[in-house]
Amino acid sequence: MSHDNLATAQGAAELAIVMIALALFLTFIRLVRGPTLPDRVVALDLIGVQTVGMIAAYAVATDRPVLLDPATVLALVGFLGTIAFASYLERRARDE
Amino acid sequence: MSERISVVLLVVGGLFMLLAGLGVLRLPDLFMRLQAATKASTLGVGCLLLGLAVHYQELGITTRAVLVIAFFVLTAPVGAHMIARAAYAVGVPLWAGTLTDELREHRSAARLHIPEEPPESPKRQPLE
Repeated sequence: MSHDNLATAQGAAELAIVMIALALFLTFIRLVRGPTLPDRVVALDLIGVQTVGMIAAYAVATDRPVLLDPATVLALVGFLGTIAFASYLERRARDE
Repeated sequence: MSERISVVLLVVGGLFMLLAGLGVLRLPDLFMRLQAATKASTLGVGCLLLGLAVHYQELGITTRAVLVIAFFVLTAPVGAHMIARAAYAVGVPLWAGTLTDELREHRSAARLHIPEEPPESPKRQPLE
């Protein structure tokens, strides 16, 4: 990223992409480490949200606002995945 | 002016996403991590989408961005609550420095099948 670019929305979006990439890396460490299944579910949920944010930043950085539609779909699917995992975990706890 | 607003919103959104990732990695137990993952990431994604809406200033894009923000604000607490409830029922250990666990006294009222031991008891193995 060049320095004269930093005052524009594109430059800011590129900076946001770098920060979200770092956040994705940190979250991925938690996903690998666990230590329990709910920890991994939380990490996966956060990865979904971060991906939506990254798509939004990428849409600004590359001037492609069409990318907002995949972000919407990803938000919907991510929530469903979280709910499915949570109800599965709770049923498993009840069956014990 | 609107360019500056969208720059600020995008950078702040990225920072909050970074904070969420950091919190999920560094906080000591699942329930604190859940707090970082839910609140910080909702704010971060909200700022990023608002920045996008301010940058384009078109009706269709703004509508979609506001729709996604409203969806996150509605669903993030619900999802976090469901995961926390399931994790507590499964027996995920609390942080060693936790002072109160009020849910334990009300576990029958909450219809959670919690064993007699407190969740931090080593006898109860959380699901791997």
